[in-house]
Amino acid sequence: MSTSSEIYSLRVNGTDQHVKDAWIGESLLYVLRERLGFMGSKGACEQGECGSCTVLINNDAVCSCLVMAASAIDTDIITVEGLAPSESPNDIQQAFVAEGAVQCGFCTPGLIVAVHHLLETNSSPSEIEVKEALSGNICRCTGYGRIFSAVQLVISQREKSIS
Amino acid sequence: MTIFSPRSLTEALQVLNEHPAARLLAGGTDTMVEINFRHFEPSDIISLRHVQELQVFETLSTGYRLGAAIPYKQFENGSFSHVSGALSEASRTVGSPQIRATGTIGGNLGTCSPAGDTLPVLSALDAQIELSSINGIRMLSIHDFMLGVKRNARVSNEIITAIHIPKINGFQGYAKVGVRNAMVISIASACLIHNMDKSHIALALGAVGPTIIRCRTAEKWLTQNADLSTSTALTTEVIEEFGRLAASEALPITDHRSTAEYRKHAVGVLAQRLLKRAMK
Ligand SMILES: Cc1cc2nc3c(=O)[nH]c(=O)nc-3n(C[C@H](O)[C@H](O)[C@H](O)COP(=O)(O)OP(=O)(O)OC[C@H]3O[C@@H](n4cnc5c(N)ncnc54)[C@H](O)[C@@H]3O)c2cc1C
Ligand code: FES
Ligand code: FES
Repeated sequence: MSTSSEIYSLRVNGTDQHVKDAWIGESLLYVLRERLGFMGSKGACEQGECGSCTVLINNDAVCSCLVMAASAIDTDIITVEGLAPSESPNDIQQAFVAEGAVQCGFCTPGLIVAVHHLLETNSSPSEIEVKEALSGNICRCTGYGRIFSAVQLVISQREKSIS
Repeated sequence: MTIFSPRSLTEALQVLNEHPAARLLAGGTDTMVEINFRHFEPSDIISLRHVQELQVFETLSTGYRLGAAIPYKQFENGSFSHVSGALSEASRTVGSPQIRATGTIGGNLGTCSPAGDTLPVLSALDAQIELSSINGIRMLSIHDFMLGVKRNARVSNEIITAIHIPKINGFQGYAKVGVRNAMVISIASACLIHNMDKSHIALALGAVGPTIIRCRTAEKWLTQNADLSTSTALTTEVIEEFGRLAASEALPITDHRSTAEYRKHAVGVLAQRLLKRAMK
């Protein structure tokens, strides 16, 4: 049991990261961005409403703004940076670009993580399942149509590559 | 400020006993909003994340024992969605998938907001709340646990360890009104349970009073005026009277989410809707 942890470690994208001199009440979003330099996750509301801060913790998609960073010791944290190296975007990221699902881009990292999580748990979701899975991610620009098209593109491409 | 991450219930109860002012942290979906917006400055935090005992689910002879820190997603469509149709429906309406992956029933009880979505269900089920401290376990009826707006009967050295609910043979449903489908706090909500084996009807209302309201008058009236166990359809008059009685038992207020008038109207409609669903 870790007590008075002024210093604690988080396992981010498979690597242990030491967090020093942090205030214990800091959110994981804040620690990822401001202390560890993972700028992929975005903060827009800091109250769980927008999903732009979505990361994976032990394979669950969660709002990092609602996770107390110091409580996330001994978990596996995956951020959008951990899904693909920045030089070679993965199929979801490419589909977002191809379908024009990125406008200002602020919601995009959270959506990429949410879509990744959805397709890991359900490789052929119905339209309504996609909508429900992304209902915690708000986009103010696209009107969502292009985002849903991007998800459909990934699904059909993955199906083709299997058959 | 210190954070404790106990690895067992015994350890958690000991730490809490030594630091009774500490804030327990389960999913964090209520607590972190308070902290992010500086509405609350924690002194000490006890994280329940690594306390496995709080994740345990058990089937008992008369019902189920639900570990207090099991996240909503398990009741929504995960491993435990079979335990209660109403709990599963209520869980599905909470926030968003991200919120349901972490938020817990223990946290809903801890916060004890009148709009908490699982609370009308626990009330209609006459759930028993299991509270543990270093001195042992005490069981408290949900009706004695919820005291008022964000007030409950937990004492400072206790952890809500589990929720006990009965197995129900019969209809159970939850309905809620909010401004849209996803991510909304209830403006009004209702849970209807028909226990066929006991010929018993329970109706509980959320977000229309300082805490959850059980509609004892409407329940009694319906039991005397309708037989839900037969397939005979209820008359419109019966359904409407049930809705009217339910609405008359609500004690809503006007706030930033809605008006008292609308809330009263809405719970009446929800009660009728649930009753119609129960007839199908
Ligand atoms: C974006 C968003 C949307 C939401 N939508 C809804 C909604 O639709 N419906 C709804 O009902 N709620 C909603 N909520 C509120 C919240 O998600 C729920 O109240 C949830 O059940 C809280 O659980 P938690 O585990 O995250 O609580 P925490 O924040 O960890 O804890 C909440 C309180 O309960 C106490 N507590 C937690 N576990 C225990 C325990 N085992 N024993 C004793 N005390 C305990 C804590 O000390 C704290 O006081 C929403 C929140 C957000 C941020
Ligand atoms: S910043 Fe976390 S949900 Fe909006
Ligand atoms: S692209 Fe701007 S918020 Fe989604």
